[in-house]
Order: sequence, then C-alpha cells, then structure tokens
Amino acid sequence: MSLKVDQDHSRFKNIVRGKIRQNLRRYISQGEMLGRKGKDLVSIPIPQIDIPRFTFGKNNAGGVGQGDGEPGDAVGSSEQEQEGAGEAGEQEGNHILEVDVTLDELAEILGEELELPDIENKGNSRIKSSKDRYTGIRRIGPESLRHFRRTYREALKRQVATGTYDPRKPIIIPQKEDKRFRSWKENNEPIANAVIIYMMDVSGSMGDEQKEIVRIESFWIDTWLRKQYEGLESRFIIHDAVAREVDRDTFFHTRESGGTMISSAYRLCEQLIDDHYPADEWNIYPFHFSDGDNWSMDDTLSCIEILKKSILPRSNMFAYGQVESPYGSGQFIKDLREHFREDERVVTSEIQDKDGIVGSIKDFLGKGR
Amino acid sequence: MPQFATNTALPRYLRNEQERIRGIAEDFGLDFFSTIFEMLSYDQMNEIAAYGGFPNRYPHWRWGMDYERLSKSNEYGLSKIYELVINNNPSIAYLLEGNSLIDQKLVMCHVYGHVDFFKNNFAFRATDLDRAGPAVQPVGAGPSYNPNRRWIDKLANHASFIRRIIDKQGIDAVESLIDQCLSLDNLIDPWSPFMARDKAPDEEPEDKREIVVPRIPAKEYMDEFINPEEYILEQKKRLEKLRDVEAKHPVKPQQDVLLFLLENAPLERWERAILEIVRSEAYYFLPQMQTKIMNEGWASYWHSRMMTEKVCDASEILDYADNNAGVMATSEQQLNPYKLGVELYRSIEERWNRGQFGREWELCDNLDQKKDWDRKLGAGRDKIFEVRSLYNDVTFIDEFLTEEFAVERKLFTFSWSNRNERFEVQSRGFREVKEQLLFQLTNHGNPFIFVENANHENRGELLLSHEHRGVDLRTDYCEQAMIALNRLWKRPVCLMTTTDGKPVMMRYDGELKVEEVSG
Repeated sequence: MSLKVDQDHSRFKNIVRGKIRQNLRRYISQGEMLGRKGKDLVSIPIPQIDIPRFTFGKNNAGGVGQGDGEPGDAVGSSEQEQEGAGEAGEQEGNHILEVDVTLDELAEILGEELELPDIENKGNSRIKSSKDRYTGIRRIGPESLRHFRRTYREALKRQVATGTYDPRKPIIIPQKEDKRFRSWKENNEPIANAVIIYMMDVSGSMGDEQKEIVRIESFWIDTWLRKQYEGLESRFIIHDAVAREVDRDTFFHTRESGGTMISSAYRLCEQLIDDHYPADEWNIYPFHFSDGDNWSMDDTLSCIEILKKSILPRSNMFAYGQVESPYGSGQFIKDLREHFREDERVVTSEIQDKDGIVGSIKDFLGKGR
Repeated sequence: MPQFATNTALPRYLRNEQERIRGIAEDFGLDFFSTIFEMLSYDQMNEIAAYGGFPNRYPHWRWGMDYERLSKSNEYGLSKIYELVINNNPSIAYLLEGNSLIDQKLVMCHVYGHVDFFKNNFAFRATDLDRAGPAVQPVGAGPSYNPNRRWIDKLANHASFIRRIIDKQGIDAVESLIDQCLSLDNLIDPWSPFMARDKAPDEEPEDKREIVVPRIPAKEYMDEFINPEEYILEQKKRLEKLRDVEAKHPVKPQQDVLLFLLENAPLERWERAILEIVRSEAYYFLPQMQTKIMNEGWASYWHSRMMTEKVCDASEILDYADNNAGVMATSEQQLNPYKLGVELYRSIEERWNRGQFGREWELCDNLDQKKDWDRKLGAGRDKIFEVRSLYNDVTFIDEFLTEEFAVERKLFTFSWSNRNERFEVQSRGFREVKEQLLFQLTNHGNPFIFVENANHENRGELLLSHEHRGVDLRTDYCEQAMIALNRLWKRPVCLMTTTDGKPVMMRYDGELKVEEVSG
C-alpha cells in the first residue's frame, strides 16, 4: 500500500544519502556504523537531521530524575533514550536513536538492504544437522519443561479473576489449565566450515583512512559470512614487500612503509590453504585489500599465476578490494580485470571512500558464492 | 482519494465499547468535544504520527524522517504508538489495529481525558479559530462551548497552498525556506494569543513633538545675535534627523520574533505565506508543549479511574495493570510526564479532600498533627477540575509540587560531569529540584529571545537579545539559526547573549563574528 508520507520519506533518504540538499547533510547525527559493540550486540543509529534552533547548550543543562542514588552517582546511560508510548509531539528528539540488534539480525538487515543472496555451499558439506531450540510456550508438555513464571502468572490471573485470591494469604495453586510449558522448534542447520583469509597491503601508501575502510568492510563481510556458516574462521595476512600472518588486532593497526609485492601475500595464502584448509572440507574466501600499486609487472604476473594455479580452484571466490589512496596508481585492479574477465570467481571492487563501502560489499557478496 | 479515511471506521464491538466509555466519562463529569475514533494499521499509524496526528501536511522531509524513526523503532520492537489524539473539534483519535481489546478500552478512556483537557484548559483557547482578537476569557463556558477548531482542514489547506507554491518556485527553494523558518519557529511568545496587540499607534508618539532647540539665555535685544535664527533652524534639522535615527523599532523588545519578521522583513509574497504558515502551526502546537505534564497526567488519572472503577471486569484487571505499569514507568533520565502528572493530581485531590492547604496548614509545624490532618472537606474533586482549567505546567509545578511530594517520590536533579563524562546525581534538595523543573518548563524549554532593534547601528541590521538565565546557548546551532534569520531579514543580524559569564555580541553577515562586549 502506498502512503502519502512515502514522498517525504524518499526525500529524507535522498538527503541522508547526500543526493540532494547537500548542506543539510552536516546535521545528520553521525555515529560510527559499528557503534558500541557489547557482547553480541551492535547498535545502528537511525540517521536524524536536527533542525538547528536557538537552544541551550546540552551538557550545561541537566534535569530532574526520579529514583535512588547519592549525589555523585551516575544517572542512567547518557546516550540512550527509549521512546515511551504516547503522543507524538512536535518536538524533535535531541538524541540519536540507536537500535540494538544482535549480529544475526544485523546480518539479516544487511542481507535485506543489499538484497544479498544466501550463499550456496560447495563441496560435500551439505550435510545438515538438526538442533532443538526452545523458543516458545505451549499449554501441554512434560512437567520437566514447565515454565514456572508463566504458570504462576496464569494461576494468579485466574485466581484474581475468580475472586479466590486472598491478598492476606497469597497462596497460588496452579491448575491444569494454568500450566505453561516451554516448547521447542527443530532447526536444520548446515554444518559447513568456512575460512576468510584477509590480506591487506600495509605499504606506505595505505593511510589511516584506507585502513578504516578495510576495517569496516571486513566487519560486514565477517558478519554476513558468520550468519551463513556455523564455524567461521578468519586469518589475517599483512604484506608490504614481504608477507606475514598476524592476529586481528595487528592486522588493523600495523603501519609499515616500503614497497609492495602482492605475490608475497598470495604465496602465504596458498601455503595457509595447503597446510590447514583442505578444499573439500572448507569454504575458502580470500579477500585482498590494497591501493593497487604493485612493485612491478613481473610480480603482478606471478600473482595471477598463483591465483590461477592454486588459489582459485580451491576457493569459493576471490575478492579484491581496491581502496583509493592519494598515492597509489591503482593499476592492479585493471590487471586483474584483464586476466579474469571471464572468471566468475574473481570479484573486484573499487572503494573510493567510506560511502563506497556499501556498494563494494554488494559487489563482493552479491553473487551468492 | 488517499488511503486514509477509507476503511478506518471502528468495528461494531468497539463502537459499542466507545458508547459505553463515553457514558462513563460523562458520568465522571468530563466535558469533551465529540470524538471520532479511527482504526489504523501500523503503517497508517506511523504515517499519521509522523504528520503530528494529521492526515495531511505540507511536503517536507522531516515527516519522512519521523516516519522512518517510528517505523524502524516499531520494527525492532522498541516502541509502538498506542494512541494518538488531536486537538480538533470534533477531536480525532486513532486506535491501532491489532491491539488487544483491553488496550483499546484503555486508549479510549485516556483519549476522553485528553479531549476534556483540550476543551477546558485555558491554554488551548489560543487554538480556537473563530476567536477574534485576544482570548480574554480563558475558561471554557461549559457544554455549550463549541469553538471552531477545524485544524485538520486548516493544515490541509496549508498543505495544498504550499504545494501550489512548490509548483511555481520549485521544491528546493520552498523546502529550504521552510527549513529556515523552522529554525526560528521556537521564537514565539506563549502569551501572544492573550495579548491585546499593540495597534500601530494612531497619534504621533511623543518623540514627534516639536523639537525645541535650547537657547543660550540672553537679554532680549541680544538674543538675535547670540541665538541667530539660521543657527537655530540648522540645529533643529540636525536634531530631527538624529531623532529619526534613534527612534527604536520595535518600541518594546518583542518576543514574537516570527510576527516581527512577518510584519517587517522584506519578504516576497510566497515567502511571507510560508512564514505565516509555519508560525501559525507553531502556535497550534504550543499549548500541548506548555501542558505536557498536566495533559498526560489528566488523561492518565482518568483512564485509571475509569478502567479500575467501571470499565474493566475482574478478568481484565491484571492485563490492565500490567499495561499501565509499562506506561507509567519512569526512567532515571527523564521524568515520565504521565506519572508525575497523575501523581500530582492525586496529591492535590487528597490534600483538598483533607483540607491540607491554606494559612493554617502552612503555619503548622507539628509533623504528627500534619500527618493526621483531615478536615473532611471533600473538595478534592472540584479542585482538580479547577486546576485542569486554569494552570499550565509551570504554574502547576510551581504551586502544587510540595516538599513532601518531592521527598516521597525521590526526585533529584542531575547534571553533566565533565570529569567523569556522564550525568550524575547532583542534589536531592527540594529547592534545587523545583528550580530545575521550572527552568526546564519555562518558555517550554526554549531560551528567551527578543527583537530589540530593527535598525541596529542605523544600518538596518536586526538586533536580537538573549535573556540569559544561567545556561549558555548552543553555539553551532546559534550560528545556523542566525543564518536563517539573515535569510529572512536580508541584512546582517546580531545577537546579544552571554557566554561563559561574559556578555558577547554575535553578528552574522555572511560569516559569524563573536565579539566580547566591554561594560
């Protein structure tokens, strides 16, 4: 059904995306996409545009609250504001509305927004295992699964309603029809193993902004693939002229200088697969990020050689993301495209800036491989 | 035909409930406009709520933003809108399809509380469309009072009017002008509707009197030489010129900045029309902001009495209580206006029932005696009806939030701690709590800003002043608002304010300059 507000809505979305009325974009309350990450929770801010008015400085103000606490104690959390039920007033909220979602839901949202297809498993890992999860409540079931609180509540309700509840002697006796039991659902889950091998160019020409892009992008890739595969592993390789395997933290925070030999990373990747990830048991996803400035044409050729000979036959796909940097020539992506024009398994994407991330995730994951 | 207004009538069983509840509300003495309930789906509800409760508003992106926020937070289960009612005659209220019957009943009771408030609270008199001149008699005239508040039509007219302007001027021009106007839409005067407007003075103001050039005292025969005629004339001309320069406009500082701009800014016709629309809508929503606590409290007071005393049967009461508890929950960050309001009404009712007011009560300092004080006056009910007519949030809190109430309800003030980067409990003192609450409510939480002079420094610049009451303005927003002013005034604009305890003058003429003012 179409609503009248749809027009206003699409106008708003276009403003947020910076397509129209660029000057308004400044007031969009920015929040890092990854927000605060609790255990498995991520908060995604819903963009809001504040209309600037003459108003009081925020932190000067304070307010009145209700509850316990001595002077000096912290009050609530300062960022979140939950909307209460009630009238929609005319005032704009000053807060960024944040929605906490689990990583699973996040992946779902991502999938929906980008219309990502589910990934087709390759090889012999199509065996499914069934697993029970307790998700609901029903009226019949074994005593061992009785849900105490729900049962109690039903009994209380009934006794109050029938007038047999005596507040001076609050004894609640559940009857058969009060009882509530946990119920479960059988889920079929594929057992599939997958490994993502992240490779990043950390040569001098990759700046902080470029790395930030890689970090965000790899977070989303991780999130998506984790939803698709039960046991997902990630390995990290950094390289300049030589490559080495590192942990996640080092991966994102290393800054080297020096030249770039992409083949070194591909060799290490090849070796990693050889040693740990037999192709008939694993779904393998090598991702490589670079600014595309390779040392020499010879090296590029040997990269292509390695890809063709050993990496591609064993991988679900090979993804190359080229981050634009002020120094790199960006030649490498052209070479790849030239050599693998016909090959579906090689996906390349150019990422110009942070806004390009979404598009390139779609490039990478849009094929459902 | 838009989807709205088709298929939104209530099903029969709800119509029956509505009849029953209306009767109950009348028996309780509530006095309301006739009220039409409509049933909406989630989508429709979010749309209407984004439009501020109206089916038709002018095109603007912020409805889209609100719609997105509402529907996202609905999707993720953060919140849903139970009820929505608009101040209109007849009043329109919306029910959400798929709510349980008990929820629908609760909402209906709540709505009748609101509509009684719309009709009877003095602040809403300002929204009577057939009101000619100032609302001099602020209290409703009982059941026969049936004003024209067809705001649905008015806002729909605004919408089609602005659409026509868009056809001529283009969406971008119109939308950015609306944005500028919205940046200023809090610069209105809550008392304006009750003021007899200063008519453009008919008689020449005093400063148009003949100017007398002072003469040097001289003997009559010398006068011609000591005060030569040409000199006197010359001086007179000079003084006249000076007087015209100094004549201040407006004569008194004016808080209704939007009105001032409407009357004095060099606007094109379509610009003036848009500014006028924004201003009139701002005034429409103003009473609701001035009476948030009272209005919600009143509606909650009545829904709880109606539900528990008449509407619910025993099997429903628990579900009702469960639901009600959710609505009344307070967070530490923000006082829940529903709860604060309803508790204040109850406290007033009890105090007036027991006669706990007046000189004798206030002079009594025997705590035991005070605790058992009961004069059996039974005046509580009448009192709360009187309060709902004659007060707004500021006066309500000021008069009825007592020290006992604050202590019992564990009220405290909090403030931002720069050191720990968090909000911290500051004080539990009654004075502090009350001051903070009143501060937040005064001028519905907006700074006091006045037009001082339309010809500042004799350069046709607009001078505003901010009456500083302890809290500085937010600077980056200030700049944006000044840009908006500049867009409408078309000359540089200045603002006198205080930052970090020092008086400063901000001036915007394409870029913002901030200067400390000495003295």
